[in-house]
Amino acid sequence: MTVLPSPRILDLGDAAFTIEFGERIDPLLQSRVRALDLAIGEASLRGRLTGIVETVPTFRSLTVIYDPLVTTRRELTAGIAHILDEAGEAATAEPRHWRLPACYEGEAAPDLAEVAAWIEADTDTVVQLHAGTEYVVYMLGFLPGFPFMGDLPEALQLPRRAEPRVRVPAGSVAIATGLTAIYPWESPGGWHLLGRCPVQLFDPSRADPALLQPGDRVGFFPVGREDYETLSRDLAAGRIDPQRWCERGQARHAGVRR
Amino acid sequence: MSTRLTVVSAGAFASVQDRGRVGFRRIGVPWSGALDPNLLAIANALAGNPAGHPAIECFDGGQQFQAEDGPVRVAVAGDARLEIKGTDGPRTAAAWRSHVLEPGETLRIGKMNTGRIAMLAVAGLSIPVAMNSASTYVRAGLGGWHGRALSTGDKLPVDAVGAVPARSLPEPLQYQDAPIRLVLGPQHDHFDATAREAFLGQAYTVSAAADRMGIRLDGAPIRHDPTRGHEIVSDAIVPGAIQVPGNGLPIVLLADAQTAGGYPKIATVITADLPRLAAKRPGEKVCFVTIDAADGELAARALAKTLAEAIASIRLIAGEGVDLDALYQSNLVGGVVDALSPEYITLHA
Repeated sequence: MTVLPSPRILDLGDAAFTIEFGERIDPLLQSRVRALDLAIGEASLRGRLTGIVETVPTFRSLTVIYDPLVTTRRELTAGIAHILDEAGEAATAEPRHWRLPACYEGEAAPDLAEVAAWIEADTDTVVQLHAGTEYVVYMLGFLPGFPFMGDLPEALQLPRRAEPRVRVPAGSVAIATGLTAIYPWESPGGWHLLGRCPVQLFDPSRADPALLQPGDRVGFFPVGREDYETLSRDLAAGRIDPQRWCERGQARHAGVRR
Repeated sequence: MSTRLTVVSAGAFASVQDRGRVGFRRIGVPWSGALDPNLLAIANALAGNPAGHPAIECFDGGQQFQAEDGPVRVAVAGDARLEIKGTDGPRTAAAWRSHVLEPGETLRIGKMNTGRIAMLAVAGLSIPVAMNSASTYVRAGLGGWHGRALSTGDKLPVDAVGAVPARSLPEPLQYQDAPIRLVLGPQHDHFDATAREAFLGQAYTVSAAADRMGIRLDGAPIRHDPTRGHEIVSDAIVPGAIQVPGNGLPIVLLADAQTAGGYPKIATVITADLPRLAAKRPGEKVCFVTIDAADGELAARALAKTLAEAIASIRLIAGEGVDLDALYQSNLVGGVVDALSPEYITLHA
């Protein structure tokens, strides 16, 4: 049995602290974060922990935000120390597996040729490499619903663009360093754009506004230009539920929700 | 016709805010919400709203609002000069108390005497909620007025509210002009002792880049420990966190900042001191002093007590065309009447 290093507890003001499992991007760290997040969520539901406002999972740490009028850091860290012993490293729920459509053609894929040239391969190879890999959703952030996913196949690991774009269109499927993402919103961005996904990643009218959750597994299937347009229209009109692309596993809500 | 409050001018910046969109940081949605929750609570108490009711956060003054199709009760918390342009000419008006704008009357929020934030509460202001909050988050088009900040011509619906006596806060809320207290970490170990001393030992200047996202500080750059560098694998941010990017100049993150970031955070401003930091104007000086997290918690509790006392001290102002029925009704709502003076009736919360 592997003995896992104990996480560090870092100060984050008088109403939050961060439980840091490591300093790198690593699926093992992410699953420890997720396990603790789930365990804290359940302990809060059962009243074993009180005063937690919300928890924020990231690549390598879980931040606990609390109400200093209700509890103290001392009380919470003592309670969480017990939970840590129980939580272990494995995610306690089967993750959801998604296969999302992505168009890797034409103007939907402005950087595809450049990336192919960079890695000295043809564009089909880049598409196969990118679509054929299943990624872990490490965390959501940067923008609402923005999934940081990894790890990319080594051949696709490139630095960010030297000149970030002022406007990355919503739905862009992008890569940089060891990660891939889908931009839920139009925004500035420095990642390489390989394709476009027609699925709305963030919708405040849904019970869960973000389609993806940390811990989800995501792969892509290439669709042509016309299919992409048809899917976009059907999704926008509500004729297709994006859940159809969720193949296995169940949503399990981690963390604390008021 | 339903009553509305029309935005005649949004001034430098004005947006609808409440206590924030809590619970969604895990999916990348910041809290937003009032930069100064104390002003929000006081303004709402003065206007007769529940404490967390959406209100209008006015930055740097210059805003004007007009009542339409009915009277509107308003109250401003903050050190602002106010004027009401009535049908029979302008009259000065005080902050820290409620006023009724008759239809056609305009409230002008003039210059701020001190600080940057005036919180305008409007009795019965009706703003749709998105993800549990009316707070404006422009990036995702959430909350506020159609997902954006206020602009000229916006007509905000106001639910009819009964006539009640004016309310006043006897002692305006004032913050001490003391160093801003912070807790070192989470990544203070990216800075050596010299850099930390430079950070704590200097008076920074608030730069022009200071808004609801954060405050960039000008000063002598501090150096990252070269063995640790100036990037980290992203982790979570809370309002108050001070990140130091490669240029060595700190940025204090506020309510609208993104939820995670990749720069080392040298320290985090305590929640009790964040409102007075957010109120600093470009050009003003900022000094920091460290405390530990437990003392920060005590400061949060002390401020909550101060706020509760301030709200409990709010009085009804008699003798301004008040009808006594309404006065007594209001007392019943308030719970306990323990003194009746010619001028004031104390409401104990």
